[in-house]
Amino acid sequence: MTEYLLEINDLKVYYPIKGGFFNTTKDYVRAVDGVTINIPKGKTYGLVGESGSGKTTTGKAVMGLNKVTDGDIYFDGKHLNSGKKVDVSREVQMIFQDPYSSLNPRKRVFDIVAEPLRNYEKLSKDELIKEVIRLITRVGLPPGSLYKYPHEFSGGQRQRIGVARAIALNPKLIIADEPVSALDVSVQAQVLNFLQEIQEDMDLTMLFIAHDLGVVRHMCEWIGIMYHGRLVEEGPAEVIFKDPQHIYTKKLIAAIPDVNVDNIEANLRKRREVQEEFDNHFHEYLDEDGKPFPLVKISENHSVALPPTEGGKQ
Amino acid sequence: MIKFIIRRILISVPQIFLLSLLIFYLASLMPGDALSGVLDPNIPAEALEKQREAMGLNNPWYIQYRDWVVNMLQGDFGRSYFQQQPVLDVIGDRLMNTIWLSLFSTILIYLIGIPLGMLSGRYNDSLLDNVITGYTYLGFATPSFMFGLLMVLVFGFNLAWFPTSGSVDPKLDPWTIEYFFSKVYHLILPSLSIALIGLVGTVQYLRGGIIETKQKDYVTLARAKGLSEGKVYSRHIFRNAIIPIAAFFGYEIAGLLGGSIFIEMIYAYPGMGRLFLESISTRDFSVANVLMLFYGFLTIVGTLLSDIILSIIDPRIRIK
Amino acid sequence: MNKMNEQEHLLSVNHLTTSFKINGEYYPAVDDVSFNINKNEVLALVGESGSGKSATAFSLMKLHRHARVEGEVFFEGKDILKSSEKDMNKIRGGDFSMVFQDPMTALNPLMRIKDQIIETLTIHNTKEKNEREAYAIELLKRVGIARAEQVGEAYPHELSGGMRQRVVIAIAIANKPKLLIADEPTTALDVTIQAQILDLIRELKDDLGSGVLLITHDLGVVAEMADKVAVMYAGQIVEMAPVQELFKNPLHPYTRSLLNSLPSEDMLGGQLHVIQGVVPALDKMDRTGCRFAPRIPWIDENAHEHNPQLREVEDGHYVRCTCYKNFYLNSSTETTQEVEAEQFGALHQGGNE
Repeated sequence: MTEYLLEINDLKVYYPIKGGFFNTTKDYVRAVDGVTINIPKGKTYGLVGESGSGKTTTGKAVMGLNKVTDGDIYFDGKHLNSGKKVDVSREVQMIFQDPYSSLNPRKRVFDIVAEPLRNYEKLSKDELIKEVIRLITRVGLPPGSLYKYPHEFSGGQRQRIGVARAIALNPKLIIADEPVSALDVSVQAQVLNFLQEIQEDMDLTMLFIAHDLGVVRHMCEWIGIMYHGRLVEEGPAEVIFKDPQHIYTKKLIAAIPDVNVDNIEANLRKRREVQEEFDNHFHEYLDEDGKPFPLVKISENHSVALPPTEGGKQ
Repeated sequence: MIKFIIRRILISVPQIFLLSLLIFYLASLMPGDALSGVLDPNIPAEALEKQREAMGLNNPWYIQYRDWVVNMLQGDFGRSYFQQQPVLDVIGDRLMNTIWLSLFSTILIYLIGIPLGMLSGRYNDSLLDNVITGYTYLGFATPSFMFGLLMVLVFGFNLAWFPTSGSVDPKLDPWTIEYFFSKVYHLILPSLSIALIGLVGTVQYLRGGIIETKQKDYVTLARAKGLSEGKVYSRHIFRNAIIPIAAFFGYEIAGLLGGSIFIEMIYAYPGMGRLFLESISTRDFSVANVLMLFYGFLTIVGTLLSDIILSIIDPRIRIK
Repeated sequence: MNKMNEQEHLLSVNHLTTSFKINGEYYPAVDDVSFNINKNEVLALVGESGSGKSATAFSLMKLHRHARVEGEVFFEGKDILKSSEKDMNKIRGGDFSMVFQDPMTALNPLMRIKDQIIETLTIHNTKEKNEREAYAIELLKRVGIARAEQVGEAYPHELSGGMRQRVVIAIAIANKPKLLIADEPTTALDVTIQAQILDLIRELKDDLGSGVLLITHDLGVVAEMADKVAVMYAGQIVEMAPVQELFKNPLHPYTRSLLNSLPSEDMLGGQLHVIQGVVPALDKMDRTGCRFAPRIPWIDENAHEHNPQLREVEDGHYVRCTCYKNFYLNSSTETTQEVEAEQFGALHQGGNE
């Protein structure tokens, strides 16, 4: 059996919908509605979905930033949401989407990167400075940037500061929530390269949340596709791209514009076909609540939320 | 929207209830009661006690509170210890004067403040804008009583254009046209003193709102539609920029009704503010309590009014 | 049939230069940009943030408030840069219309959707007054909005991003524009919605025969949509070619670097190409040499020309500077480190704790 660093079992995160005259809870938004994800140590798992699919909520639940309605999250064997306080903030770190708003504008780079170290490590002032310089250099920024403020940096540089802060405590798991979607392509390439290097050097496990399938395919061994709070398909990246089974996955993949100009006609044709199939059959892939069905294994490592067949209903 | 307004009104009911409880509690802490000043101080203690009993002053507090509220709902606000007449009569005329004063000041504030704010926001960083913002800084820094004194000195005494005390010429009969003009004439100087200082907030808010709204994408889209610059302002920028000011309208009114004490003192204008000060200095607590209740009530109604106005202009508020 | 000269372009931009004031001096953000757009043709303007592509679009619409715009923009034979503001208002939203990047902020939050559409109809006197409301609803249906009547009554905050972008497009096509400027129309949207919006733009172009100026940083979108592509860097067009030619035979170092920095199927998980250094700031740019030279320092200085020009090197394929002849990709990170070290200076420990 593989050993998983992160295990998410049947995670549910519901938000109440208030309404009516007395502002009582009318219903729940089932932002995450039964998601199971296991990530082996040292691997990158790509969680893909469109806005509102629940991918960010899932990541935040692992960080303890969201209240878990139901389900279990285990990190390194520790039950994170048992009610007892389990502090994993050293070992689990997050990288955010927007490099412009995720760094405190009134703090210098030194303080931003040193903050986790100050909280967890008892270092002398000299040691602290040395360590911060090491981290800053690790993400390729010059030591001269140490006493500058975030506004003096470009988007890509800020995202690297975010990475330096995230790796300061030698975490085991990094949750990267759309880390490059706000960046230009050339800068995006730089940050992706950094993330990959650091992951190899530090043997990091990563939950990579993104909507850009091209980026996810490049970064991740394993991919889960989310729709309306549930996974609709899960498997190795190449399998998902080459042989998507769920109609939603097919639509998502067909929608990516290809830079290969020879494929354009074929792509557009394919997209139209998939759209037609989607229009005609999508409802069959949803249960009576409009949610995808539970995942069914169709091969060793490929699971799809296929509609239950007549006989084999669970 | 109707649902929002009804719910918003219902929310103010417990607010008013809490306010009345608080005032009732404060009143019970104050020395003296309904009998103070009414009776001969040499009356025997038993007789006094009998009187108290008869008036329900020895009842448990919640019975007394209930009676107090019921009386007020019937228009009985108690008697002024000092003036020996019903509180309502004491307040009556004063209230009308203050309403006139604050209404006049509010109109002036918006009449002068809104155009200034619009000009200043539209042509920001121009000479005109610099002059207007300079004025607002000066206004922020000037205490209203100092400005009021200056106005009295210049326009009241030196130039003698306007009367310097009272709310109306006492020789005139009410309900005549001369009486009305005299009232307005007496109002001009005090309300200008309030408005010229009071409008700086409005100007600043509006200026800031316009400058912010100018850069919004939907304003660019409005220009890209081919709308003329004047219409871009009147249809798109102004309405969005005025939201914070409209939201402030209720507070502004409430604040003016309660907060023109200095100006009323300076102009010897017989309004509520002056009455409040007088009632405190003469320890006329029955009047002071009713006034406190009145000011608290005004604040609650002011916020209610602001929220309702906001829900009318801004569709985003209406949901939920 | 129209006997107009076949050579006549729908839009012809000549030497467009748009300058912004920084500390009292004007610096061109769009520098000597020329291109043509024909009817029923999509020209994609590609570049990263700060390349001047949006500034170009805003210049065509004369939407800049505080900029100096020079050059000529001929639209159906008339130089619109010389038009009065009044004439410009007839063109804006009429023959020229624009779709903005962020649909979440492009609609007035206090106006009903239908009123925002009716407004543009009223300005340009499209349809009779009493027909406008019905036409607005028809336009909403045209851009693929189901329940168009209800959506017309709604306020922007009640709609999703994809829906709002459809509304913005409905406004843009309301007066049957001859030129549609789409400034990053799908950047803020999900991929499946992006595909629908691109489809919509394509359909409209075919229906109305309009020319489209598509501004984007997404090379996939360019490949799919464009007939011609112009690549912008630091305010200049550095390469321009028909779409097939550009993607199959990219010449300029910047175009080649950009294409190589995309994650692709052939090199999954491998190192992506990183363009060295940073985009030069408007007021700190060498305006006489090749602007891309500092980012490819391994290329011999003599390979660049002084004051590089955009030259036609093959039929319809234009490239700026001669450095493309000697260019090869190099993926060291040294330059970035040098540039950044210079940007931040030496380490000063002066900061207080």
